Amino acid sequence: MNKYNFAFFDEQSKREIRRALLKAVAIPGYQVPFASREMPIARGWGTGGLQVMLAIVGKKDVIKVIDQGSDDSVNAVSIRKFIKQMTGVLETAETSEASIVQSRHRVPEVPLTGEQILILQVPIPEPLRETEQSELRAKRLHAEKEYSGVWLSLFEQIMKYGCTATGADHPTMVHERYVMSPSPIPRYDNRKLNDCAALILFGAGREKKIYALPPYTKVESLAFVDRPFVSESMHGKICRLCGAEGVFLDESVQAAGAGPFYECNDTGYCRQRQSSKSRLDRGEKSGD
Amino acid sequence: METNEGAVLSLQNFRKQFGSGCEKCADLDERHLQRNYCPNCRTTYACADLSLDLYGGEILGVVGESGSGKSTLLRCLYFDEEASSGEAFLQGYKSGQVNIFTETGQQKRYIRNYHLGMVYQNPYMGLRMSFSSIGNIAEKLIAAGGRSVDAMTGRAASLLHKVDIPPYRFLETPATFSGGMQQRVQIAKALSNNPPILLLDEITTGLDLSVQAKVLDLIKGIQRELRISMLVVSHDLAVIRMLAERTIVMLDGKIVEQGLTDQVLEDPQHPYTQKLVQSLL
Ligand SMILES: Nc1ncnc2c1ncn2[C@@H]1O[C@H](COP(=O)(O)OP(=O)(O)O)[C@@H](O)[C@H]1O
Ligand SMILES: [Mg+2]
Ligand SMILES: [Zn+2]
Repeated sequence: MNKYNFAFFDEQSKREIRRALLKAVAIPGYQVPFASREMPIARGWGTGGLQVMLAIVGKKDVIKVIDQGSDDSVNAVSIRKFIKQMTGVLETAETSEASIVQSRHRVPEVPLTGEQILILQVPIPEPLRETEQSELRAKRLHAEKEYSGVWLSLFEQIMKYGCTATGADHPTMVHERYVMSPSPIPRYDNRKLNDCAALILFGAGREKKIYALPPYTKVESLAFVDRPFVSESMHGKICRLCGAEGVFLDESVQAAGAGPFYECNDTGYCRQRQSSKSRLDRGEKSGD
Repeated sequence: METNEGAVLSLQNFRKQFGSGCEKCADLDERHLQRNYCPNCRTTYACADLSLDLYGGEILGVVGESGSGKSTLLRCLYFDEEASSGEAFLQGYKSGQVNIFTETGQQKRYIRNYHLGMVYQNPYMGLRMSFSSIGNIAEKLIAAGGRSVDAMTGRAASLLHKVDIPPYRFLETPATFSGGMQQRVQIAKALSNNPPILLLDEITTGLDLSVQAKVLDLIKGIQRELRISMLVVSHDLAVIRMLAERTIVMLDGKIVEQGLTDQVLEDPQHPYTQKLVQSLL
């Protein structure tokens, strides 16, 4: 019924991407070039992540696809639909049930396990891009572990805004060797990359790069000695739907007069908490 | 070979060629060259086996017409370009025992960050025009391992103050500055890591006369105060006369005359220098 090969790509193409992935895993944080393919969705809409997904997904996998924390955004839905059409695998919104999570701009709130793989979509993989436009020279700087340019960008943000103003995509040092762009996840998510039990794969379709963090890799957010790294403050904020505290919340403004309200950015996490809460409210035991 | 006694920089048989050379021109036989160019293989010998010494605390002038190889000399010493052959030794680097031209890329970056400062003729070469002035100076401090924001802003501010940039402009980008101010920011940047050697390439060319005088005064002041050795390149004998104690005259990639600046100017030996001096009078 399906005129395409399993997972859209022919086996040769998948093998090529897997080879790049293996190299990426072997050199944590190092950007491996790969032959990014034309996809039925436009570049810049997660084709890098999608290609990684298609190269590794197997028949028994259960996938979750999120876009900025949401399982329901148009982008997440269409990517998920496409993967399902091309593979027939099961889908889920619950992080703990998924074997592969493809995500744009968030790391799920539920801690990932060693059984899971997280795929992050990357628009700009090169942390040196702002200070070094030439790809060849940037590559040489990585080889020589010369990251003054990244530090200069951070310094300049402090001069301009009084603090490092990386709303997202705050550069990280991987395994004390390569400086890596973590993709535009909030700074709040950076610490989840450190020492993470799951394998994390990064795919940049437009820029034709793949990189990876094998499980339990040391990932440090860059910071000057007198300007410690701080993530977005969630202090004193509570999700109005599930009551969660200390997770990454979206702020919305209500009608005039009332203050802002907050909701979990990770909708799957929020929904799961809501349903277990209502079960508890109905007197059922949780965890059944 | 190693540095000659008292020399902070010793350059020996330094060659920079653009092109592969051929059997006719490889030994720089003048019969086969048109000035610095081999018409047979289209190779340019921008610097044709130069040797020179720069001594502690001195300003050495390098003068010569456009195309004589002055900028190429500085660019190779600063590793912007790779030397084709020859040797260079720095007294402060590995006791002057190691040819810096053949060091690794990482070592060259280290030398650049700790031992050298460069001021380019065109400030666009030496500055990031869309970064703050203070950030431009921090760049060199960061490259030398600086990781404290407060220490670096403090150092940058005191250097910008030294070169007379008003504090309210520290956070502005050099793109909004006049040419003279841009040169002064470059000078502050070059000084940031207290390098023992400063390389200055036509730093007043293109500036108004009054602005030129201010920049030259600044250089003189820095040299007197910090005793930094400087290699000052200019096609303008007036600049050389004002700054340099000793002078080298270059023509077609070669040194045609050298000596105390006064001597060279009073009593030029080489016909080319004589012509240069006459045009100045
Ligand atoms: N990148 C290059 N490729 C080819 N020739 C060059 C290059 N750079 C400089 N040259 C040549 O080298 C010679 C010396 O140039 P330069 O060092 O800029 O002289 P100066 O600074 O004394 O005016 C000139 O003949 C110039 O044309
Ligand atoms: Mg020049
Ligand atoms: Zn030739």
